[in-house]
Amino acid sequence: MGFLTGLFWLFATIAAALAAGWLFRAAAIAASPQGLAREFRTMPLTASFGLLMILIYILVAIFAPALAPFSETEIVGREYMPWDAVHLLGTDNLGRDMLSRLIYGARNTVGIAFATTALAFVAGSVLGLLAAVVGGWLDQLLSRAVDVLMAIPALIFALLLLTIVGTSILNMILVIALIDSTRVYRLARAVAMNIVVMDYVEAAKLRGEGTWRLITREILPNAMAPLVAEFGLRFCFVFLTISALSFLGLGIQPPTADWGSMVRDNATLISFGDITPLLPAGAIALLTVSVNFVVDWQLHRASGLKE
Amino acid sequence: MSHIWTMIAKRLALGVVTLFVVSLIIFLGTELLPGDFAQEILGQAATPETVAALREQLGLNDPMHVRYANWLGDILQGDLGESLANGQSVSDLIGRRLGNTLALAGYAAAIAVPLSLMLGILAALFRNSVFDRAANASALTSISFPEFFVAYILIFFLAGAGGMFPSMSNFRPDADFADFLYRAFLPALTLTLVVTAHMMRMTRAAIINLLASPYIEMARLKGMSPMRIIVRHALPNALAPIINVIALNLAYLITGVVVVEVVFVYPGLGQLMVDSVAARDMPVVQGVALVFAAAYVLLNLTADVLATLSNPRLVHRR
Amino acid sequence: MKRPYGHMNVRRRTVLKGTAALGAAALVTPWGTPLRAQPTQGGTLRVAISTGGTTDSLDPGSWDSEFMNFQAHTRNGYLTEIGADGSLVPELAESWEASADASVWTFRIREGVQFHSGHVLTGEDVVASINHHRGADNTSAAAPIVADIADITADGMTVTVTLSAGNADFPFVMSDYHLPILPAQADGTIDPATTDGCGPFVMNNIEFGVRADYTRHDGYWKPGLPYFDAVEQVLIFDNAARQNALISGEVDYIDSADLNTVHLLERAPGINVLSITGTQHYGLPMDTRAAPFSDVNVRQALKYAINREQLVDTILNGYGSVGNDHPIGPGQRYFNAELEQKTFDPDRVAFHLREAGLSELTVDLNIADAAFAGAVDAAVLYAESAAAAGVTINVVREPNDGYWSNVWMQKPFVGTYWGGRPTEDWMFATAYAEGVPWNESYWSNERFNALLVSARSELDEDIRREQYFEMQEIVANEGGTIIPMFAAYVGAYSDALAHPEQVASNWRNDGHRIGERWWFA
Repeated sequence: MGFLTGLFWLFATIAAALAAGWLFRAAAIAASPQGLAREFRTMPLTASFGLLMILIYILVAIFAPALAPFSETEIVGREYMPWDAVHLLGTDNLGRDMLSRLIYGARNTVGIAFATTALAFVAGSVLGLLAAVVGGWLDQLLSRAVDVLMAIPALIFALLLLTIVGTSILNMILVIALIDSTRVYRLARAVAMNIVVMDYVEAAKLRGEGTWRLITREILPNAMAPLVAEFGLRFCFVFLTISALSFLGLGIQPPTADWGSMVRDNATLISFGDITPLLPAGAIALLTVSVNFVVDWQLHRASGLKE
Repeated sequence: MSHIWTMIAKRLALGVVTLFVVSLIIFLGTELLPGDFAQEILGQAATPETVAALREQLGLNDPMHVRYANWLGDILQGDLGESLANGQSVSDLIGRRLGNTLALAGYAAAIAVPLSLMLGILAALFRNSVFDRAANASALTSISFPEFFVAYILIFFLAGAGGMFPSMSNFRPDADFADFLYRAFLPALTLTLVVTAHMMRMTRAAIINLLASPYIEMARLKGMSPMRIIVRHALPNALAPIINVIALNLAYLITGVVVVEVVFVYPGLGQLMVDSVAARDMPVVQGVALVFAAAYVLLNLTADVLATLSNPRLVHRR
Repeated sequence: MKRPYGHMNVRRRTVLKGTAALGAAALVTPWGTPLRAQPTQGGTLRVAISTGGTTDSLDPGSWDSEFMNFQAHTRNGYLTEIGADGSLVPELAESWEASADASVWTFRIREGVQFHSGHVLTGEDVVASINHHRGADNTSAAAPIVADIADITADGMTVTVTLSAGNADFPFVMSDYHLPILPAQADGTIDPATTDGCGPFVMNNIEFGVRADYTRHDGYWKPGLPYFDAVEQVLIFDNAARQNALISGEVDYIDSADLNTVHLLERAPGINVLSITGTQHYGLPMDTRAAPFSDVNVRQALKYAINREQLVDTILNGYGSVGNDHPIGPGQRYFNAELEQKTFDPDRVAFHLREAGLSELTVDLNIADAAFAGAVDAAVLYAESAAAAGVTINVVREPNDGYWSNVWMQKPFVGTYWGGRPTEDWMFATAYAEGVPWNESYWSNERFNALLVSARSELDEDIRREQYFEMQEIVANEGGTIIPMFAAYVGAYSDALAHPEQVASNWRNDGHRIGERWWFA
């Protein structure tokens, strides 16, 4: 019986999500100008749902102080209070309002993750593509440097660097971006290597196109798909890195709320079947899935498939 | 083909240089950490006298470059040195744990690699279907959870009171293979859940990226079955990025699993590394870092060789 | 060495409140576990320990993790032992006596004690074992506590110790966990890497940071002990993993439970929680040389700005008691119960700030969970309550790694923990006397220092009590350390295990002697 109930709720949730996606798509088509509306028409329901969720996350992040019933840091009751009318999601291990922390967490977590991933991607893919196109000593130099950095286990490297420079949010963004950019570099270079040997690239070279033009016009469009797919994943890896760092005792400065650390703080509860730590973890998961649904849609468009 | 052999030789030589630079970075990094071995090992019990005596005893007062040169000299003679903390030979310490680490990585990879390739191919084949969405959503959900949290959830459902599997995988040294498979199942499953999504999505993306190419179109027009098109025509050309991601994930399984080791009480290299960094036990830190770096270099090299072999244009590149 | 020492000469103060009649067939503890009057032999005890690492070592001078401490008492014997009731009892020393000025101590060594290797204990072994921690350039963590030994000699089964100054509490020092008695080699030293010992269990193997295995020492001198056939000791660092191991029956006993979820663990079937309050306390030392902490009014203001009850409820989940800014536990001999208990009091914060000539106060508190479990959360709670009293505390989270060398005693306002010391004198002399290495608040008070010296040799109980009372008052109201809470040792065990009615409070794990004192029901 419990299984059937679970199944019912699962389908009900999916149906509700799809319905929300459908409504959002209809609204988006209606509200957008002609060109954009055509784009939205090609949007599958999953992507539409993902876009809606991302929009909601952004709105929550921006209007956090207005939405949260309590402040981020204020202790409003005893620790681990159950869900009730005042504290909709109960309280955390110090007696702070869980819902408010989740809402503020959106602001901190999404902001940090986006900044980190964007930084890692700009640095990693530009250098990676450049290395593939120019080749020679530049490729050797960059690739060997990246090899060295990647040969040091990421988590331990992050631990080492953050212990040396201190765990401010800026340092955390820079350190994680540095480590992540090596992964992006490798992928970008590998993908581009396969492209630079294509005939059309040879042809472009013979036409005498400059390096920058070669990268932006010939290679990037064809390397975009795997890079975009990687972006979707890297984005969520940032939360996980922060969470793992806080597992090892380094994390975001308290009392700032961030989902990765919130999972860690409440994680032991899951051993007793208490679902409190699932809330921040679920918030991360929902965002990850949403981002990747949108990425999939873009991927599909980029591949040029018409079906 | 000789091109490949030259490349391997070159890359191995470069690998040695990489190891050297890594050891230098780790050495400098550990030096830059606040506190030295004498302070850390005595911890809260340190008095100025005992710290000074311990430094003197272990030669920690020598300048940095002298200590590094000494260490390097020993390494070149094949001697990894001894742990500052308890005098155990570093090669013994690492030897005992390297086997464990490789066993767990192999176990997880044996599940995760075939699984993610299969799911990736199927997802590309049935792209945008319910199967594709469901596989994607569940894989993404599983990697959105931090490793330790996945581990706790698995323990809650599969171990716990009256569960099927043990929550702790620290087996006795005399355990046989079946016992290992049983005890290490939960950590292997945790790692599988952690790495599958990445490899699966890359497989799917790399294949889909090729599906609009003229030669695929051609195959389609010839009336080939979609499965055959993907496996025979798209997959070989998509191999380079897939192999790359697999290599990265294998390297991760060897070098990055300290959190899983901690939760499942699995005596691997990660915990040794973290403990030694915390104690600034330099010979051990350096030894483990070299093993990690070597694992990475070799996997990377293998991936590049395979990627090159998979693309005839690269094999014949001049 | 600044690790949980228990108190010894004191009334045990635990949650054990059972007063079941002796001699009854089954005693019932407050948790409802039947205690069999007759312990049974046999079985393998599986214990999970919370701290330790691959950097542990067999050298007794380096022991500081719970893992090595448990190992120490399972494998080794000591000259003196702290009994479950907190009194000092003979172990390898049958008896001892002191000269009139307490500067020369003579220990009579027990006859016929066998090491696991078959070697028979003599006075030479004792001298070699103690000398391991003595001498110039000694790196032992126990070097400071044996520094007062001017000479130690053996004559057959008699060991004579000459101290550079009288110390009435010297036999207490000999129970320190760094000082196990190991067999002397031909050259009169011990082998610090030996796994030999004369304790209840023979160590078969040890892998640092992983596990150790023992079997019963059949030639053990204590009659009928130990009850277990074997002991398996594993290190489980992660809180959740340790609790899971107990719940799923992989181990029988865990040395420490996560205070966040211990109330849930208590409800798990077949699990008992064991909570023992001793002298372990958590503190926030301020550098009394640095502004603004050099002003006693600032220190008082900060002491009144902390909500102690809330910390005990939240950080300790109720497993502990409030502290009163001095390190003497409520169960100790000379605990000053007349001293007014400080509470959260915004009016007095305001008063002391006015006295200090300040209109507002902002300080940084540098802290990491390495200081004590829940330290960062405690700091956040403190900042919240202080804000309500008009004091701004910026919590700066430091990395756990390197905390003791880089932050503690380096930054002006930090976190700390003390296991406490068995005697008032030992505790005060270790961390509050002027100029000692672990005086974490760099505090110096003339009156206090004079009282400390005079109380050490004072034989009149009443005068001595008065002196210790006054010292506690001085430390509480003028000292540089906020001590908001005393934390209990909270472990848990399965129904299968049984223990004596009285459980020692000088350490975790029944004084780390579970292997010798407990049995399977």
